[in-house]
Order: sequence, then structure tokens, then C-alpha cells
Amino acid sequence: MTEPETATDTMLRDLRGLWRIRLLEEKIRDLRLNGDIVGSVHLCIGQEAGPVGACSVLEPADALFATYRGHGWALARGVPAAGILAELLGRSTGVNGGRGGSAHFSAPEHGFHGENSIVGGGAPLAVGAALAGRFDGTGRVALCVFGDGAMNQGSVHESMNFAAAFDLPVVFVCENNEYSELTPIRDMVRNDVLAERARAYGILGERIDGNDPAVVRDRVGDAVQSAREGGGPVLLELMTARLVGHYIGDAEQYRRPGELERLAETEPIARLRRALRSASVDETAIAAAHAEAAREIEAAAQEAAAAPPAGTDAVRRHVHA
Amino acid sequence: MPETRKLSYGEAANAALRRALDDWPEVLVYGEDVGVPGGVFGVSKGLRKQFGDRVFDTPISESAILGSAVGAAMFGRRPVVEIMWTDFFLVALDQVVNQAANVRYVSEGRLTAPLTIRTQQGTAPGSCAQHSQSLEAFFLHTPGIRVCMPVTAQDAHDLLLSSIACDDPVVVIENRTLYHGGKQEVSVGGPVAPIGGLRVRRPGTTATAVTWGSISQQVLVAAETLASEDHDVEVLETPWLDPFPWDEVLASVARTRRLVVTHEANRTGGFGAEVLARVAEAGIELAAPPVRVAVPDLRLPAAPGLAAAVVPAAGDVADALRRVTTTG
Repeated sequence: MTEPETATDTMLRDLRGLWRIRLLEEKIRDLRLNGDIVGSVHLCIGQEAGPVGACSVLEPADALFATYRGHGWALARGVPAAGILAELLGRSTGVNGGRGGSAHFSAPEHGFHGENSIVGGGAPLAVGAALAGRFDGTGRVALCVFGDGAMNQGSVHESMNFAAAFDLPVVFVCENNEYSELTPIRDMVRNDVLAERARAYGILGERIDGNDPAVVRDRVGDAVQSAREGGGPVLLELMTARLVGHYIGDAEQYRRPGELERLAETEPIARLRRALRSASVDETAIAAAHAEAAREIEAAAQEAAAAPPAGTDAVRRHVHA
Repeated sequence: MPETRKLSYGEAANAALRRALDDWPEVLVYGEDVGVPGGVFGVSKGLRKQFGDRVFDTPISESAILGSAVGAAMFGRRPVVEIMWTDFFLVALDQVVNQAANVRYVSEGRLTAPLTIRTQQGTAPGSCAQHSQSLEAFFLHTPGIRVCMPVTAQDAHDLLLSSIACDDPVVVIENRTLYHGGKQEVSVGGPVAPIGGLRVRRPGTTATAVTWGSISQQVLVAAETLASEDHDVEVLETPWLDPFPWDEVLASVARTRRLVVTHEANRTGGFGAEVLARVAEAGIELAAPPVRVAVPDLRLPAAPGLAAAVVPAAGDVADALRRVTTTG
């Protein structure tokens, strides 16, 4: 019998999960800046605790719908880093053979039902995945991820009400990073506690610390369980921050003085490392979490770069059945 | 077993939904007032009672209706959802164009979205500008979406079943002026046909009239008028617009060398323009300039007298047919 995981083991596993996403995103940034990757790229650096915590409580049959800031969600869900990188590089081995790119790829074989490049566009799809689960006996829960900006989209409002009206098992995860693209969310709403909207739909809503994977795991875990048991949808507002621009090239003129320095203290990796040190965990173990993740991402990058460009022979296929 | 029943257009669509729910357990039917009320035009009448939770009413939320159907279809269901008026699509077009149409292509076929969207469109006396539009061209400009426009009661039955069986997203555009028309003999219970095809409503040799939707009735009347003037017009009705029967249409035009396309949608950017363009691209030498008969580029007025002044009728089609048959 294997020993149950200790609290510090879990923390180290989370740290490795955070690093995997951080290093993947940094690799993508480098490849975008040197021109190997082209087009709009939206990184989730600073927001890694959400995917690490939330994906750890999902079952294989559950559905996950993310946004264009979705590389981290895909990786945490189990999509191989090489497949993600190859997708962004337009290689044949990309998870969609280069058709999705950075902002619109999916990998249903890994339980990742897609990024979405339309703000709020994925929420109705998640409702449908949950609706299907009502009839197919899987007990599927749909986890629907979007940002604070999407909370002002009609499709998200419609989806929350629709899911609430029919008690559908959808966990709506709002990653509140304070900025709706380039505009502070606080300036675009009267009540900036977005989770309080849940009450209007008659569903559970909670604002939580979105920079601590353990908190996310606990609260998303409860929400998923409640949804699975027939409790209906839940809205969780994960308070987090992105340490980079909305897209690569964003001048970030909306930042307040000293903001990034303050965020460096509260970002998930810095926090978890501090916590591990407070728990007297050995420095070599902390360093190993980074090293393992670095090896994985580096190997994935080499694998992706070695793959041939996506072939054009089939580019007209799959428009129709 | 195939049998023949006397059904109205609306009843024929109802029979198709009933059969789909009976034969295919993955079919769901939902939309605004679709369940307990049985649909504002009565098309889903009785289905909730017979099939229970698989037929249900929804909030007035077109994005959630369409998007949930896409999501459910990605997970093995075969939803048939209703958009009560085609004009209402416009508040939720994202879910058709950006979501449904991309599912199969972007995922290289790993995901599919076999949903059917029923709607109805067109002018009817007293309908306002937000309840009168003919928007088929919006969907025809979206690769990945199939489009059909049933005209007869048999169409209303067959095209709906073919659409539900189809593994692509299909928009079925019905017409509310046809729902409660006279009962016609409708064959039900036969094999489900694949999508596509056309109907030669009237064979002819002197000109080709291409049309779709309820306005085809005006085209048929016009063709009879021309027949009385010794012009034998071929009327091709194309209930399927995607896939469109290009080979058959181009072959007819090549034979008659005269073409009139009639639709109830606005002229500019209407699908008639595409038909004319394809004829030109095919290098078919026409004996007379082709003509489009369409609603002019304006908004639709509610008062019946005003609408009649801008919506083409049989006389307008006959005038167009005379132009192409007497020129050149």
C-alpha cells in the first residue's frame, strides 16, 4: 500500500504544477518574441493556482471549457506540453494540427473541451455539456472558466440562469485578475464583488483566494461535489492577478505604480515557496519541483520544434461530416 | 413502415420530431415555449407529454439555447432547438458562427456538433421589421453550417428528419405562413434521406427560374402565366441551400440560357447574387442578362399595403421572366 500523501508532499506537487505552467508560458513567450510563434498570445503567468487546484478535483468524464488564456488549464488537465507547443508553432503534431493556434485549441481526449476566443462564448457550451450529462448517465460536471470581463457578457448571464433554472452541474470559475483586457473591472461595475451575483441567480457563490492551489482545490472540490450531487451550479470568483500583459505586446499602461512589485509577493509560486520554507521543507526538494518541470517543458519544446509543419493536404477537410 | 397521412406543414414537422424522438434516444427538443405550450405555432404539440424531460421549455435566452445545444451535441446528444423567429438569431449569432461552425473543423473532427436549429422567417401581414426578415444568406456565408428551407408539407417532414440525422449543424428555416395551410398527402415512416437535392417543380426549356422558400409559390404562378404566353419556364426549387445543387442548376441554365432567381431576402448580398456569380464563373453564355427578383434594399414595413409594395409577388416574377425570355 502506498503511503498517503503528506501535506508537504501535496504542496510540493502543487509547486511542480505551478512551475509546469509558468515555464510553459515563459517558453511560449520566448518563442513568440523570437518569431517562431506568430499571432496573438495571452499568457496566464501569475494565474497558475486556479488550473492546478481546480483540475486536481475533476474526473476524466468531466468537461472543461477555458478561454484564450487557456494554455495553463490545458496543461493542468493533462494535455501534453509538446502537443500544446506544437499547436502554437503550427506543427503537424499540435493537438489540432495547427488549426486552433494559441487561442482556440481543444483536446477532448484529455478532457479539455477547448479554449474560446470569444469572451463569454464558452459558457453556453459548458451548460450543454452538463445538460448532456443529465441524459447519458455519466454524472458529468462541466467546469467553465472565464475572466472578470466575461461577467459583463450576456451569454454568461444567460448561462448561469439557464443552468440554475435546470439545476445543471456547472461550476462557473471566474478568474478575477482585476483587468477586463486593458480596463480595470472595478470601473466597469458598481459592485466589484462579482461572486455576489450568484445570489441573484439563486445559486451558491463565493469569492476565494485564487493564488493558493490548496484553497482552490478545496473550494472547487466542494463546488464540483455539490454540483455532481444535484445541488446545481456554483459560481466561484478566484482572486488572482496576471503578472504580464493581456497579450504579448500589451504596454500595460493601466498598471498602478508599484503594482507589479506588490504582485511579485503574492503570486502563487512565491507564496508556496515561502510556505514550504516555513514548513521547514528541504531546499533541494523545493528546487527539484522546479527542475522536474523545467526538464519536462524543455523536452516538450524540443519535441515540438522537431515536428514538421502542419501539412496543407488536409486543410479543406472537416468543414463538414 | 411507410404510410401516407393528410398533414399540414406544421403537423408534418411535428410528425418528424415525434419520429426522431422515438427512433433516436439522443434527440432532445427544446426552446422558448416549445415544451408545455407545444410551440407558438404548435409544431411541438404533444411531444412533452409523450417524451417527458427530453422536450422542455427554456428561458428567453437565445445564446444559452443555441450554445447549450452545441455543447450537448459535442457530448453525444442530438439536440433540436427552436429559435422562434429568425430575427431572434441575431442576439446569439456567436453561438452559430463562432461556436457551432468551428467545432468540427478546428478540432480536425475530434469534436462534432450534430445539432438542428429550427426557425421560421419571412413576411406575413402586419409583421414588423424585426419579425419579417429573410436571413438565409447569413448562414450560407458560414462554412460548416447546413441550411434548408422546407416548402411543402413533405419537405417539412423529410428535411427536418434529414437534418436531425445529419452530423453537421443544420439550420432549418420554416415559414409561418405555411404552418397552417391545407393538409397535404405526406409519406411518413420511410427511410431518412441524406441532405441535399432539389425539386424540378416545372420542367421547361425557354428559361430557368431558381427559387427557394415560400415565395416559390409566386414563381410557380408566374411560370403558369408565362406558359399561357407560350414561354415554357423551368422552375427549380432548391429546398437545400447548403449543400446547393450547383450541377443541376448550372446544367439547366446552360440549356435554357436564360435565368431568373427569386428570393424573399433583400437583394444585396442575397444568395441570388451567388447563383448569378456561379453561372458567370461557369462561362455559361446567356441569351439575356440574368435577373434577380428580391426584396429591395430596405427595411420591411408592417402595414400590409406597404409590405405588398416591396415584397415580390407573382406579377413581379412574371415581368422578370418576360424580360429574360423576350430579350436576345
